[in-house]
Amino acid sequence: MHQHEPNDWKKYVIVLFITSSIFIAGLWVSNYLSNKKINQLRVIEDKISVDIMSSETQFNLLQELSCKDVSTTVLSSELNSLADKITYSETNIGNDDSNVISLKRYYSLLEIKDYLLMKKITERCGQKSIFILYFYKNDSCSDCTKQGYVLTSLREKYPNLRVYSFDYNLDLSALKAMVSIYKVPDNLPAIVINGKVYSGLQSIEEIEKTFPELESIKKPEDVVVPTTTTKKTTTKTPTVVTPVKTN
Amino acid sequence: MDTAYTIIFYIFTFLSVYVQIFFLITFLEKRRQIVHHPDNLELLSYPTVTIAVPCYNEQATIEKTVNSLLELDYPKDKISIFLIDDGSKDNTWNIIKTFENNPSIHIFHKENGGKHTALNLALENSTAEFFGCLDADSFVNNQALKRIMKYFENDPRTMAVAPSIMVCNANNILQTAQKVEYDMAIYTKKMLGFMGGIHVTPGPFSIFRKKVFDDLGPYHKAHNTEDQEIALRMQEHGYKIDHCPDARVYTNAPESVVKLYRQRLRWIYGFIKNLVDYRRLLFRKKYGAVALFTLPSGLISVLGVVFLFITITFNIIKFFVIKFEQIQTIGFKNFFSLNYKFDWFFVNTKAALFFSIILYILVIISVLIGRKMAGGKARLSISVFYFIIIYSVIAPFWMLRAIYNAIVSKESSWTFERRVTNS
Repeated sequence: MHQHEPNDWKKYVIVLFITSSIFIAGLWVSNYLSNKKINQLRVIEDKISVDIMSSETQFNLLQELSCKDVSTTVLSSELNSLADKITYSETNIGNDDSNVISLKRYYSLLEIKDYLLMKKITERCGQKSIFILYFYKNDSCSDCTKQGYVLTSLREKYPNLRVYSFDYNLDLSALKAMVSIYKVPDNLPAIVINGKVYSGLQSIEEIEKTFPELESIKKPEDVVVPTTTTKKTTTKTPTVVTPVKTN
Repeated sequence: MDTAYTIIFYIFTFLSVYVQIFFLITFLEKRRQIVHHPDNLELLSYPTVTIAVPCYNEQATIEKTVNSLLELDYPKDKISIFLIDDGSKDNTWNIIKTFENNPSIHIFHKENGGKHTALNLALENSTAEFFGCLDADSFVNNQALKRIMKYFENDPRTMAVAPSIMVCNANNILQTAQKVEYDMAIYTKKMLGFMGGIHVTPGPFSIFRKKVFDDLGPYHKAHNTEDQEIALRMQEHGYKIDHCPDARVYTNAPESVVKLYRQRLRWIYGFIKNLVDYRRLLFRKKYGAVALFTLPSGLISVLGVVFLFITITFNIIKFFVIKFEQIQTIGFKNFFSLNYKFDWFFVNTKAALFFSIILYILVIISVLIGRKMAGGKARLSISVFYFIIIYSVIAPFWMLRAIYNAIVSKESSWTFERRVTNS
């Protein structure tokens, strides 16, 4: 006797269509913004690459001359903030995303180049610099996360401390060469400080104790007035030049 | 783990957005059919109506409730008000007795047996063509009955009509938040009415043709949510239920979190148990929108809220664990000397965020339409945010508890809730 209103199948389908469209649009916008971020990273990397190359060239040109003319436009702080952004992209875009992996390889390469150049400048010009090479892995390594905290904190404390972090498992021949040169064990985290390898978690205190010379680069104002022959780059990203003590 | 979480999140968000879009499309399609009755509305005829008021410890509000019924704009000889004291332990019975001599009022006193027994006593004694109930903590607008009866007059197939319930005591933030929820419910209820998918004929002033009970039997205990069960029973038998947006009933919203928790625990518990009892309806197209839309979307909202709550809690805990680990590793002093710089790069642009924003926008639109339908202005106010924030935080607790209770079959009683509410 009593009957329900007939089901409005058309409406169910129309609503499904609208909802799906909204979802596709959402995914598209999200993907668009992710790509934009990736591109932003690529631009930063290119810029750093140019900066490093320019420093290298300048160094080669001027190596017979006095060190004070060498500008250290190697942007360690930019490299650091780039590291944070790449880490963020790994978690939010995906650490198996080909774009992210390629950015990371590029980044690691830049780090190695920066490291080599800075080492040369330091040696030749007798600067007090400490380099930390930090090797970590992403999976099942809780001490790596902690080591990350320690190094971030150290970097805040000693702005002239140069920390280069490398994903141990990244497929990059230059990185593999570094690993074999320094004989970095696969017991991670591992850090290489001034050429010496330390495996396992190193606390702030341990690192400070092992390297009392860190004190000498503690605060920027403690360091002898830097010669910042800032070279303006054409990109809009602010150029932070690491103050370096010169002879 | 992460992927599974993301997929579940997307499914819930998709379904929730689907439900909201469905309402919105229904609204756009049928908005011209939403009638606003004038105050001088006249019916072709005025059938007899019995209004039952079941009372258990209602001394604080019963008098006002009865007075509002006496002021209804409806011929006095066509309306009979049944006041049923369900074994109250307070002064309710004495207050009820003061109405004894009113020709429209009939009073009953019985041993405590629960709300459905009080209603069934009224049903047994009613000879009217229409039967309704009014919870003793609610008050009716004097036009409400006439407007509801107009629906019966317009469509002989309409077997029950639910009113718009509004909060009359929005005195604190919690009650203001509930007011927003009730406003939104006016909209969703009317849309469900259009679709033929209403699954609750609420205690405050739903009116039925007496034939419903003659055909389908009296009220059942139904896990202390007899107003859900009777609606589902009607839907099962294809009895049409409609909603009259401008028939206004005012109810007292619980003023404390504990009281609200008790009330909602009963509602959600009842919903789950009734859903289990009527599972045969689910996804069966012959039962219409209630089977294909209302019950599934209710289930989605219960599970979705619980899922969201668990993930949010998990993320908050994870955040603090990370911070704790950080402090433990580098020490307090170093932790607080870390520089945190804002960078747009780190603003979340995951698709999940967009979907959540879309969902919130749709919810806000629902509230605004509901407000408009309730006769107010479609204005965005701070109370909408109270609603979203408060319900996001506390609703998962009653939902989780209701699910738990439903699994172990632990009933929360109406009388117990009344004791808490009136204490």
